[in-house]
Amino acid sequence: MTTPTLLPEGEPQAGGLRHGRPKYLEVRDLSVSFDGFLAVDNVNLNVMQGDLRFLIGPNGAGKTTVIDAITGLVPASGSVNHTGTEILGRKVHQIARLGVGRTFQTASVFENLSVLQNLDIAAGSGRGPLKMLRRRTSVEPAVEEALEIIGLEGAADKQAGILAHGQKQWLEIGMLLVQNSDVLLLDEPIAGMSQDERSETGELLRRIAASRITLVIEHDMDFVREYATSVSVLAAGKVLSEGSVAQVQADPKVQDVYLGTSGTSGTEGH
Amino acid sequence: MELLIGQMFAGLSLGSVLLLAALGLSLTFGQMGVINMAHGEFMMAGAYTAFVVQRAISDAGVSLLVSIPAGFLVGGVLGLVLEAVLLRRMYHRPLDTLLVTFGVALILQQAARDIFGAPSVDVRAPAWLQGNIELLGAPIPLTRLFILGLSLVCLAGLVLLLKATPLGRRIRAVVLNRDLAETSGVSTRRSDQLTFFIGSGLAGIAGVAVTLIGSTSPYLGTNYIVDAFLVVVAGGIGQIKGAVIAAFSLGVLQSVFEYSTTASIGKVLILIVIVVFLQLRPQGIFSLKTRSLA
Amino acid sequence: MKSLLHGRMGTAAGFTLGAVLLLGVAPAVLPAFNLALLGKFLCFAIVAVGIGLAWGRGGMLTLGQGVFFGLGAYIMAMHMKLADASLFGGSGVPDFMSLYGSGEVPGWWEPFRSPAVTLLAVVLVPGLVALVLGLAIFKRRVKGAYFAILSQALAAAFAVFLIGQQATTGGSNGLNGFRSFFGFDLKDPNNKLMLYMIAAIVLLLSLAAARQLMHSRLGELLVAVRDQEERVRFLGYDPATVKTVIYVVAAVLAGIAGALFVPLVGIISPADVGVIPSIAFLIGVAIGGRATLLGPVLGAVGVAAAQSSLSSTFPSFWVYFQGLLFVLVIGFMPGGLASLPALVRRRRRTPSAAATHEAAVEPAAAGAAAPSPAAPDPVSPTPAAPDPEARRKATTSEEVSR
Repeated sequence: MTTPTLLPEGEPQAGGLRHGRPKYLEVRDLSVSFDGFLAVDNVNLNVMQGDLRFLIGPNGAGKTTVIDAITGLVPASGSVNHTGTEILGRKVHQIARLGVGRTFQTASVFENLSVLQNLDIAAGSGRGPLKMLRRRTSVEPAVEEALEIIGLEGAADKQAGILAHGQKQWLEIGMLLVQNSDVLLLDEPIAGMSQDERSETGELLRRIAASRITLVIEHDMDFVREYATSVSVLAAGKVLSEGSVAQVQADPKVQDVYLGTSGTSGTEGH
Repeated sequence: MELLIGQMFAGLSLGSVLLLAALGLSLTFGQMGVINMAHGEFMMAGAYTAFVVQRAISDAGVSLLVSIPAGFLVGGVLGLVLEAVLLRRMYHRPLDTLLVTFGVALILQQAARDIFGAPSVDVRAPAWLQGNIELLGAPIPLTRLFILGLSLVCLAGLVLLLKATPLGRRIRAVVLNRDLAETSGVSTRRSDQLTFFIGSGLAGIAGVAVTLIGSTSPYLGTNYIVDAFLVVVAGGIGQIKGAVIAAFSLGVLQSVFEYSTTASIGKVLILIVIVVFLQLRPQGIFSLKTRSLA
Repeated sequence: MKSLLHGRMGTAAGFTLGAVLLLGVAPAVLPAFNLALLGKFLCFAIVAVGIGLAWGRGGMLTLGQGVFFGLGAYIMAMHMKLADASLFGGSGVPDFMSLYGSGEVPGWWEPFRSPAVTLLAVVLVPGLVALVLGLAIFKRRVKGAYFAILSQALAAAFAVFLIGQQATTGGSNGLNGFRSFFGFDLKDPNNKLMLYMIAAIVLLLSLAAARQLMHSRLGELLVAVRDQEERVRFLGYDPATVKTVIYVVAAVLAGIAGALFVPLVGIISPADVGVIPSIAFLIGVAIGGRATLLGPVLGAVGVAAAQSSLSSTFPSFWVYFQGLLFVLVIGFMPGGLASLPALVRRRRRTPSAAATHEAAVEPAAAGAAAPSPAAPDPVSPTPAAPDPEARRKATTSEEVSR
């Protein structure tokens, strides 16, 4: 294993790690157009390792499209640089292998496989052909640790399809962890969760983000206030404002956009 | 030169039969995700309808004119029954619909053998369709010209129906987004049934058309179904424009290949062309753009 | 771990039982004619093992397995024709060639004079064709339905091609009238028994290989690719590679089966490889249970046996019956017969026996077979929204395990 533990000690902070040479994700002039409609318009983002960045904005602002573009799902122009490596223009699975992982709005786990199998598959994209052709005989340490972190030790052999909604989201986060991604892009991870599940997820995010580059799309402003170390606001495909939660909330441009639409604490998807 | 024009025209008329067959397939595939292997047998049913009608009405001209709507009706009703009994429970399993309808195709073929016998039967073309006209020195059989015209008329009718009637708008809405259409109050049941009726009816007309250029046997459907599917694949699922381009291109290519090599090598070449084409456009000539992950 | 051991012991016992039945009991009990017939069915069963992997586990609807079956068969048939011609004719030219063609052996036949080349080609040619086709289709993310249609078109083109080349492939008559098999006289009952034994052993070996594949990490990944192909990409895998590997395995199995079919049955013709025989391979797989290991084998043998006993006496009835099988099994019991015991067991299962280790080792076998109405369907627009039936099953099992 390259990482002895999935969760080193520490807390995320605005601006990221203060020591060593932190990893980063640098998005420059990212644009995505659908048939002439500019869904993402020259977006610039810079997220450092150790920062828990939230990406907020009204419906249709292009938040998910930004993540789609970074992960190679939709073609885009501009540049996305992951700690010195340009990732834009590569194929989805190559980008994933470069350490960029994501989750989806609707939890997408492999419903016909067990929780353990889901994690084992997520941990294994680097396995050689011989290892692939052999049976899974033991549980890898990283998988075991992830099971514990996401609180599904007891459900390891359960079919993922019968997990509760919140558990599926956690399983996806666990898959990201064992996938050994250092860039985590999470698309509304707490949508549809109960209050208890939300705070558990929030704590989990803080622990994870301390050592990683984390970008979370979220609508729930209470959640953002509680857990974000920094925030970027996206509206109509453009970055409107960036900074701490307080700074962003004080920004008249942001107030304008939000008051003009659905208010600050809507939870609708798009 | 004359030979080339003749070949081109043979290709166009083959293309027009493929188009009639593929339009229905493409509609039902696009709207419901149903891959209907029995579509070829609906063609066969249309062809046998023409045969039966001609037995009742001996005048070949009148019987042809009666056969076209009759074939449409027979194909359409078969489609309606298939949709109501089997397919409506299977909209989320397109690959399984292929196998189920293959079973239906087997049954219909055997039924045709039991009713009409295994040897092929012939339908007489009316006197006014016998003979040729000259086009740039090449003789063009009137029957083939008639088929080309028939398919263009059907195409125009279909386009008009889809673009200009409320029914057509509903069908297009369901193709684009079934769930949204449903929540917006479109009765997907009704429009599914109508699409199936129209699509299968077009296969019936295609069946009537091919009686003019060949004899009718229980195997008629099998001869056309694979090519009709290739048209749908190359044209893009649910895309009428794509189907038109693909049908005529395939028809012409096939007759050119057959002319310059042999029929059997021509088939192989067509397939290679399509596989290579899909390397460039994996979704066919035209495709729907969606944001969904699927 | 104990139950894992038990699982392996159970497999070993089952495998031994199968070997005893196929290699010991069947040759002792069955008359020579029926044994040869069983040998033919076993060839179909070998094809079915591959289809079970590719279709049941991988969600690839392979409608063109007749092509790979045919490639293996024709390669073997060409070798046997050439060998016969040298052994018995002296001229070295197969009989039908002088009848329909120039009387000269075409260049592309020549390599198959060599037994070694033939045996290699039986494996390599279908494998390579599947590799090229698989890469061309899966790498470009051509949709699942397109793959099914293209593989069907391939079968159609292959049959038309064979029929068209009367002078070099025997046309619609195909290749037949073989007298020897690698120097063994095909009339000798002992040699016939040997051929049957080879088919039985190959079937057992392919079952063992398929089992290993299903339970390997690749097998688990295959199910993941079947159910959510796009999701797999975001984990760093290229699903095209996984699918191509399995498609090649299925093609090689079909090719080997075709090569065994020729000496056992004595003829290969376009009627054995076209669109209809290619789809017909699927029905046995579907009846037995497409996602299981043994289901496809038992289903294929069962359907072939039914066909050979019914189709000659009631040809018309058989076709109706076959059509109905497709409609009823695929339409109403997509998990096949293998899903029946699982359904019954689920109703009976006590709450305490819910999560054994066995459930983790064999999850896809039970899991993929039962809720497969929606599962083996990679082109469904909403993979996360299976049909109501699957949902209902999922809920039932959830309730029971609580």
